[in-house]
Amino acid sequence: MEDLLFDLQLVALGITNGAFYALLSLGLAVIFGMLNVINFAHGAQFMMGAFVAWMLLNWLGIGYWPSLILSPLIVGLIGVVMERLLIRPLYKLDHLYGLLLTFGCALVIEGLFRNYFGASGLRYSPPPGFDALDLEYGDFFMPGYRVWVLLAGTAICVATWLVIEKTKIGAYLRAAVERPQLVQAFGINVPLMMTLTYAAGVALAALAGVLAAPVYSVHPGMGANFIITVFAVVVIGGMGSILGSIVTGFLLGFVQGVTDVVYSEASQTVVFVIMAIVLLTRPAGLFGRA
Amino acid sequence: MSLDRRTLLAGAAAWGALPWRSARAQAANTIRIGVLNDQSGLYRDLSGPGSTQAVRLAVQESGITQRGINVEVIEADHQNRPDVGSTVARQWIDQQGVDVIVDVPTSSVALAVNNVVKEKNKVFINSGAATSDLTGAQCSPNTVHWTYDTYMLGKGTGGAMVRAGGNTWFFITADYAFGHALERDTTAFITAAGGRVLGSVRTPFPGTTDFSSFLQQAQRSRARVIGLANAGGDTINSIKQAAEFRITRGGTKLAGLLVFVTDVHALGLEVAQGLVLTETFYWDLNDKTRAFTNRLGAMPGNVKPSMVQAGCYAGVLHYLKAVADMGVQAAKASGAEAVNRMKAMPTSDDAFGEGTIRPDGRKLHPAYLFEVKAPSESRAPWDYYKLVATIPANEAFRPITEGQCSLVRS
Repeated sequence: MEDLLFDLQLVALGITNGAFYALLSLGLAVIFGMLNVINFAHGAQFMMGAFVAWMLLNWLGIGYWPSLILSPLIVGLIGVVMERLLIRPLYKLDHLYGLLLTFGCALVIEGLFRNYFGASGLRYSPPPGFDALDLEYGDFFMPGYRVWVLLAGTAICVATWLVIEKTKIGAYLRAAVERPQLVQAFGINVPLMMTLTYAAGVALAALAGVLAAPVYSVHPGMGANFIITVFAVVVIGGMGSILGSIVTGFLLGFVQGVTDVVYSEASQTVVFVIMAIVLLTRPAGLFGRA
Repeated sequence: MSLDRRTLLAGAAAWGALPWRSARAQAANTIRIGVLNDQSGLYRDLSGPGSTQAVRLAVQESGITQRGINVEVIEADHQNRPDVGSTVARQWIDQQGVDVIVDVPTSSVALAVNNVVKEKNKVFINSGAATSDLTGAQCSPNTVHWTYDTYMLGKGTGGAMVRAGGNTWFFITADYAFGHALERDTTAFITAAGGRVLGSVRTPFPGTTDFSSFLQQAQRSRARVIGLANAGGDTINSIKQAAEFRITRGGTKLAGLLVFVTDVHALGLEVAQGLVLTETFYWDLNDKTRAFTNRLGAMPGNVKPSMVQAGCYAGVLHYLKAVADMGVQAAKASGAEAVNRMKAMPTSDDAFGEGTIRPDGRKLHPAYLFEVKAPSESRAPWDYYKLVATIPANEAFRPITEGQCSLVRS
């Protein structure tokens, strides 16, 4: 019984990590699905989200809850600038150019933050009150804040999926991907929509960053640690598939949790083993269209 | 004045010859110091550009340039990767004429650089790496291991925890040379003191951010002490997440086997208070360390110097004394001879006080057991430690006969 509770806890922890994977891969999938850009700056934008929350708190005294809105807005605005100045000219070129450019951007952004803030990381404490959500039963213990991350992450994923699949805006977006000229002919400003889509993807990364700030220390490399796993999630789910990235994110968190129980040394590797198997058997990914 | 062909030719020849000769003379009279460490990853704050700043201070204070000897300091990032580290070391020595490589945290990289420097007969002053193998099985006539090592950490922190009743242990170990050495050396002290190690888990390095599942496994073992055989950002995340999951609520204690002052700063006293740790330098230890810290000035990232950065200062200061003593030509000709001269001279500096270097390359100085202050006890920024015990120099490090260093047997 005791052992079972411990195992359950490891799996539950894995699923909370899955919430981060899902949030990050969701943003990537939105950007890739709508813009055809492989956004390697996603990890850096996640990191900026956490840093902006820290700056808001320590420089302006703005707390956690307003930061959940403000930080994605601010980082999303930076995304608008990036899209207009750098990424737009690359839409017509091969994927590789966008990948290289955004990867370069990520290195520059991380370098700037490292120079200014150092590498050890900054403290960001969650506001008090999350204790009420603590789940405790014998040896099973899940901190309230992680429970909140799981709930919030799931809600955001579902909301994003609904917007894209079930609303008029989502329909315009999907149409603009398939036939941009035709959609433009109907009087819809496609370039503006592209910019806003990129900004929305970036804002999702920043939101995940704010959620992550109290869990991990806020440091310049925090996104780089995540981004490789998250790319594996996107590939497994099927490049550009919104539902695929969400489901795969949680699924891989779960698998990592199980691996932690069985053989913890392999918990980082297991993701890539799954990726290799999926690529061999279903090259388009679990949810992708071939 | 008329300008004929002959004077023009003579002038051109002289013009061509002069800078060439002086450049050669200058190169023969120049000591090149390469600071090789982590400039971009989790060990940046405790070594990184701060180490270079400390080396520059040592050059300035050695007074060696007043004797007509030039010193150049260059730096590079090894990204915590042994392949990158040994490639840079080779390039520096082969193409840029580097005479001495300093710092090199990350034990796996340090062991790789150790081999390169030995092969090329240059000098390696290691401050940042922990593995005691540098003065043990893999010792080299070209290497001085200055600041600390895994034996010292295991004896200091591990010994103190066992004495305080922590007789069962579980290790969370960074999965590379450093973590393995630290676990091995600490285990020896635990078992010698009658304690038991119940298990361990190896965490991927670098790149692990979530330690909570590893902490859960440690808790499951019911060990009284969870030994963190990791460093820098890994230690920060482990301790932070242990607090989040209230790992210590059942009386389990955390032993941060390698904790730097920059880690304590990042954690904050609220989380770090009560941690017991071993260091060989603390900026606020005595008047001399405070004076050294003042002379160092503002550090990158506004941190106080770590023991690694202090070790870079002291090591280079001592090396330059040896160079002044034996002459630049002799020091450049043979790294092993320069290290021999360093071993023959007693060391003295503001950071570590008086000391010596053993034949196996181990620098000897006292180690200090500190406890991290509670927020209410801290009176100023960076006032973090209180001294619990001083371990004398002759007891702090592994006895020379036990290291299996070939230099000792011969």
